Amino acid sequence: MDRNSNLYTFIFAVVMVIVVASALAFTATTLKPLQAENVRKEKMQNILSTIGVNVDRDEAGNLFTDYVKQEVAVNADGTENTEVDAFSIDLMKETKKPAEEQAFPLYIAEKEGKKYYVVPLWGAGLWKEIWGYVALEEDKNTIIGASFDHAGETPGLGAEINQSWYEDQYIGKTILDENGNFVSVTAVKGGADPKDLHAVDGISGGTITSEGVNKMLDERLKNYLPYFQNN
Amino acid sequence: MAGDKEALFSQKNRKLLTDPLNDDNPITVQVLGICSALAITVQLKTAIVMSLAVMFVLVFGNLIVSLLRNLIPNRIRIIVQLLIVAFLVILVDQVLKAYAYDVSKQLSVFVGLIITNCIIMGRFEAFALGHGPWKSILDGIGNTIGYAIILIIVAFFRELLGSGKLMGYEVLGHKGKTIAESTGLYHFGYENNGFMLLSPMALITVGVLIWLQRARNRKLIED
Repeated sequence: MDRNSNLYTFIFAVVMVIVVASALAFTATTLKPLQAENVRKEKMQNILSTIGVNVDRDEAGNLFTDYVKQEVAVNADGTENTEVDAFSIDLMKETKKPAEEQAFPLYIAEKEGKKYYVVPLWGAGLWKEIWGYVALEEDKNTIIGASFDHAGETPGLGAEINQSWYEDQYIGKTILDENGNFVSVTAVKGGADPKDLHAVDGISGGTITSEGVNKMLDERLKNYLPYFQNN
Repeated sequence: MAGDKEALFSQKNRKLLTDPLNDDNPITVQVLGICSALAITVQLKTAIVMSLAVMFVLVFGNLIVSLLRNLIPNRIRIIVQLLIVAFLVILVDQVLKAYAYDVSKQLSVFVGLIITNCIIMGRFEAFALGHGPWKSILDGIGNTIGYAIILIIVAFFRELLGSGKLMGYEVLGHKGKTIAESTGLYHFGYENNGFMLLSPMALITVGVLIWLQRARNRKLIED
């Protein structure tokens, strides 16, 4: 067959695309359960790490229920939503719903007799989405641990938000001021005053990602305030 | 290659491996793959991981293109090559996510960036389309090693001078809040050069490498 004819070119293209597409579809479907399991265990690992339980991914799956005693879905008005499974709430989809239909997951954990509230976060970074967890002490004000992650921030710059030097800055900061008003914790460009209870150092070269973290903390934590006041 | 009596590692084949290291380096001589040399050389570790990922895609891509070279219609060859790169990159990404989740997280956007790495399309077009499978594999390995050397040299200087670290370890001492709290070089008032972390400095570093190479290698001097 003439390899320069239109027919040959057309057939070659069709065959090539079908072969590649089926191979990829097959791989994606076969690997999906393994990938989903990795993501689920990682979520548990991240939640545990914010309350100071650092375990590897496989252990996290087993230890999760030992620490996390309650998974609550919280409505915007502060009441509990019993109709949905808190763990399976996808924040990306949830934030797109009308405000009155939104329900946000809250993990109530216990470690060494103390109660902790773990709030999941989700927001936008520079390139793609960012997410994380922040654990509050029993006073629902002091941060005991924070864990952030990202889908595709610039390596070495914005991607540093998932490094411990960045995350550990949040420990001990408070989200409410002396009068009990919500102020969140902000990453400041050029460095924060160490005495400031509501500010941490931003990332040089990662300003937009740092601002994304600020916005995410502010927007997500705000939703839990009515619930925290009621309970 | 039917009837080819050439030894697997004949002098000609060895040249395929060694030429890209110096005389025909993909970055400094062919000027391919500059974009990734700028983007991911802030840290040594990411440069190494990226080089390994590129090696996988280029070696297998070269092999596939070389096997199909007599079947690919000339008019759509670029599209076919692109399809092969995209296929391999997605495959790597999926497999890593399932079996090496931590590595896949480290690579994050790089895996996708491999598609845009001009070394890959450059080698498919310039080499694999005209040579047999074994030669194409050697060419793939040689070119990624040449690429990796430059990436690692650039990343070495950028990480060392920019953040005072190598592979994440603080080799120049620890920088505290004040000079008194700092150790190592920082104790004597040394400061990191934050400019090294920005892309323009990668370009300048690559430029200096090209200059050094051309000053030493007479073969590269143009009239």
